[in-house]
Amino acid sequence: MKKLAIAVALGLTVSAASSLVMAAPVKVGMITTLTGGGASLGIDIRDGFMLAVKQAGNADLSVVVEDDARKPPLAVQIADKMIQREKVDILTGIVWSNLAMAVVPSAVAQGKFYLSPNAGPSALAGKRCHKNYFNVAWQNDNLHEAMGSYASKEGYTKPYILAPNYPAGKDALVGFKRMFKGQASGETYTKLGQKDYAAEIAQIRASGADSIYFFLPGGMGISFMKQLTQSGIKLPVMGPAFSFDQGILKAVGKAALGVKNSSQWSKDIDNAANKAFVKTFNSEYGRLPSLYASQGFDTANLILSAMKTADVKDADAFRAALLAANFDSVRGDFKFNANQHPIQNIYVREVIEENGILTNKIVATALENHGNVYASECSL
Amino acid sequence: MTAILIFEQLLNGLQFGMMLFLMSAGLTLVFGVMGLINLAHGVLYMVGAFACAIIAGLTGSFWLGLLASLVAAAMAGALVEVGVIRKLYQRDHLDQVLATYALILIFSGATRWLFGAFPLYLDVPEILSAPVNLFGLLDYSSYRLFIIAVGITVALGLYFLIAKTRLGMRIRAGESDREMIAALGVDIRTLYTLVFALGAALAGLAGALLGALQSVEVGMGDSVLILAFVVIVIGGIGSIKGAFIGALLVGLVDTMGRFLLPYLFALVLPPDTAASIGGALSSVAIYILMAVILIVKPKGLIAANG
Repeated sequence: MKKLAIAVALGLTVSAASSLVMAAPVKVGMITTLTGGGASLGIDIRDGFMLAVKQAGNADLSVVVEDDARKPPLAVQIADKMIQREKVDILTGIVWSNLAMAVVPSAVAQGKFYLSPNAGPSALAGKRCHKNYFNVAWQNDNLHEAMGSYASKEGYTKPYILAPNYPAGKDALVGFKRMFKGQASGETYTKLGQKDYAAEIAQIRASGADSIYFFLPGGMGISFMKQLTQSGIKLPVMGPAFSFDQGILKAVGKAALGVKNSSQWSKDIDNAANKAFVKTFNSEYGRLPSLYASQGFDTANLILSAMKTADVKDADAFRAALLAANFDSVRGDFKFNANQHPIQNIYVREVIEENGILTNKIVATALENHGNVYASECSL
Repeated sequence: MTAILIFEQLLNGLQFGMMLFLMSAGLTLVFGVMGLINLAHGVLYMVGAFACAIIAGLTGSFWLGLLASLVAAAMAGALVEVGVIRKLYQRDHLDQVLATYALILIFSGATRWLFGAFPLYLDVPEILSAPVNLFGLLDYSSYRLFIIAVGITVALGLYFLIAKTRLGMRIRAGESDREMIAALGVDIRTLYTLVFALGAALAGLAGALLGALQSVEVGMGDSVLILAFVVIVIGGIGSIKGAFIGALLVGLVDTMGRFLLPYLFALVLPPDTAASIGGALSSVAIYILMAVILIVKPKGLIAANG
């Protein structure tokens, strides 16, 4: 009891000192994937988010976390519970676009804010954009557009492209083709969660492709890279960061060395916020952060920055405060587009070995201050 | 599209089928002999993969890892049988499903707690890492050929075990009449534990073999478990021969579907639409196969127990 009293008192002092407005407490509901396939992505988002919350020490901010096990119906159920019973103000956390499509439209229609730390389906960026929906990571097409542009610059003329058959997979190949000048030698949609790629690899071999572009997040990408290496196909491989991020590289092993991948974040981006983030994340959790962790971290910091100037109960003011994006992003420059998706640089990284650990190094900037093509369809 | 590509895809289908057979043999055996629906079979697959990844990581030898996967999965299987499953034989299937589902949650939670949520590293052994040239026509992964060989060996071994040995005789007797074999004085408890451990070891072997091709992570057994159930339903629940045929059918239909359907659609549709529709349809191909077979043969291709 005494401890609680001290904590409350401390919280009050901190919030009084840090904010000019007497802000009401903000309750964040995080729905993310913590078990089953793809759990490492959700865990990184959560850990990045919670690190920022812990560092801020703002007692007005409370977070409830629940696991969606990558199942859309479960995510919908949790969202309903969080909105109705937990009375959260802000929802966040969803990793997968199909889950986001199931949860976000109804949540924002009920007047809740949704801040996406990952999924950015095109359907929510264009005509169906919503004033309460913010994406802090990227629009799904972005990293793929960057790689499409890079592939053209590198002189590849007939890449084979593949992605899983779900909203983000379609956005991926559309994004790649938008910026790639030329014709793909073949294109395949695989089943989401598929682990065996023998059939696809045989087609790649037969297609006469000069390079491979694939978007297979999580364990799917690990499986694909291993099987590709064993097949003896020695084509240059490109992908978005999702298949070559820190949590995954160890499992892929040396097969990943030299692979080019696109990311809006990398641990070697040179700014003070990023350096501090990489260092504290490493000492807090005993591993290097991934781009998912950086997105979770930025999402929490965005909420914290808005809480400094606006009351979450005053939705218009809070929305304006979010839109101002007045926080130190670990990516460096960060601002929101008209459809409330980021405008940011997207880099090309190469997988290297550093002190015995596989990691990424930025080798080029693919797109500078890049927004997304759907902004013009959005009426905000 | 060339004959070589079709040949390669047939090999891929065969390899996938062999893997499914290893997975479903244990499942169908356990159902046939003990009448038990074991949802925790996928967990034993995961145990095998983790044991292989850890031992291979410590010793540097994939083969020791493979051995460890057999031992670990068999031991986990025996423990689960003695500790939990034994109490379930007399219960109805719903209780069995509930209890074995609980086992999935417990094992997954424990594995995540012990080894973390991040995928482990496991690679194929050096000797099988390079592709081999088949008949001067195509390069094919030697590891996948190895998996086909293991699948055939296991199938032959199981055939020999069940048709020619005393243990096999008891398994067959257990399949046709459980009460009678117990009344004849056979130690049915030990037999059950043995059969369960055997099924577990096969699942563990499948996990270790596939773990080297795929990602070793918590929850890796879930999707394979569903496929294994499709296989044994198609093959006839309880029949090893049925599982073998069912596994090859599912492996071939799935692989060829993924390959041919988008190709067929591309003849009439623009490539991106064809890829999308073909991809969607191929992922349900095996379920359509299952539905058709169940309409024609409601007990599966080879009905066990007469």
